[in-house]
Amino acid sequence: MISQMLSYIATHQSELLKQIGDHFVMSLSALLIASVIGIICGYFASKSEKSEQIVSAPFQVLRVVPSLALLILLIPIMGTGFAPAVTALTVLAIPPILLNTIVGFREVPDFMIESAEGMGMDDHQILRKVRIPLALPMILAGMRTGLVEAFASAVLAAKIGAGGLGELIFTGLGLNRMDLTILGGLLVAVLSLFCGLVFDLISRCLMKYKYVRN
Amino acid sequence: MDAIVYNNVCKKYKNAKAYAVDHVNANIHEGEFVTILGASGCGKTTLLKMTNRLIESDEGTITVSGKEIKSLDPVELRRHVGYVIQQIGLFPHMTIAQNIEVRLELLHVDKKNYKEIVDGLLRKVALNPDDFRDRYPSQLSGGQQQRVGLARALAGNPKVMLLDEPFGAIDAITRRSMQKELKRLHEENKRTFLLVTHDIDEAFLLGDRVMVMNEGHLLQFDTPETIIDHPADEFVKTLVESSRESSYFYMRG
Repeated sequence: MISQMLSYIATHQSELLKQIGDHFVMSLSALLIASVIGIICGYFASKSEKSEQIVSAPFQVLRVVPSLALLILLIPIMGTGFAPAVTALTVLAIPPILLNTIVGFREVPDFMIESAEGMGMDDHQILRKVRIPLALPMILAGMRTGLVEAFASAVLAAKIGAGGLGELIFTGLGLNRMDLTILGGLLVAVLSLFCGLVFDLISRCLMKYKYVRN
Repeated sequence: MDAIVYNNVCKKYKNAKAYAVDHVNANIHEGEFVTILGASGCGKTTLLKMTNRLIESDEGTITVSGKEIKSLDPVELRRHVGYVIQQIGLFPHMTIAQNIEVRLELLHVDKKNYKEIVDGLLRKVALNPDDFRDRYPSQLSGGQQQRVGLARALAGNPKVMLLDEPFGAIDAITRRSMQKELKRLHEENKRTFLLVTHDIDEAFLLGDRVMVMNEGHLLQFDTPETIIDHPADEFVKTLVESSRESSYFYMRG
């Protein structure tokens, strides 16, 4: 089995690299769009209970729809290929980012805001210098979850012809070639762990203060 | 000229039956150290926060350094009044130097002078700049953090300093030494200090004059000696008697 895998890797290098590349482009595009939507909506939702209900309700509903169903539902609207795949993954990645952004902004302690106000910051400065930096750890954690979810689900995108490592897995399933299926699965697992790791490194660089010791 | 003048100041919170601050009149002289003493809920913090407009007064006028505060932009007012809170409120994502610089930036101080000013302020609160400049608040003890809080509030040399139970979250031993140091800071700089506390010893030790408050009313505003010898009413009398045997007499010397 392992030798079969290795020989497949050796003979299909360019094809594999393209699949990995497509997989990354799909998931990262979804993450980018989901972050913009999730963080902006999350910021406004964090302002009051009512705004939170209004903003998060549609995403909660969409969350219940299985990702495969979502992909297929999008076909009549957007056809097949890259665009509907990214759309579906974006919908999937938004909830963790949105919810974490809400919590992140909500958890900034009142006394921090009082301290900022008391020294003479205006609302804009408080947002930029205090609220956003203090909400950032939660937001990044949400983005990390969103990326890993999108990366794992991007496998299904092969079903609607968007490419990615799903091609390998479904080809393996179709041809009853366990080596291909397992190779695809392993690659998805390892690469999504890698994504998580890169995110942790970024967090560490951005938030040195969380890791200092006496 | 008086540093702070309260003229018939009132505050009533929404849905509250009684006034939180009820027609308070007081003049605080320039360079004076005044403490506001009272139990929680007596309106002392409300009175303090109305002074830099974190809370807006309903009636009456407050004058700071000769200007009626309602005629000023609240943000601009706060930039020129030092403010220290019990929870300290240092920003955890900034180093000690950055925590102070953030205020210098608000005061439009030239960036070239940051280091010199920051070091000077840290020395003023007895912290060695070389040891503390680049550390994060989480690496400091509560007492050290509040020293930085004081240094930050002193940035820009505000004429008026407002302190809301600054030592409330600090252990008793450190608190004593910090009280003495605050007194020294006041004597060196001759700024107007207004400090809220529920600790009778602290109020009498630090205050040139003490405002005693209860249920929104200012009961007595006088020197510690006068308050002890001639309490204005039964409430003040009981309060003073409860601290008769306290350390105040020994510490004041």
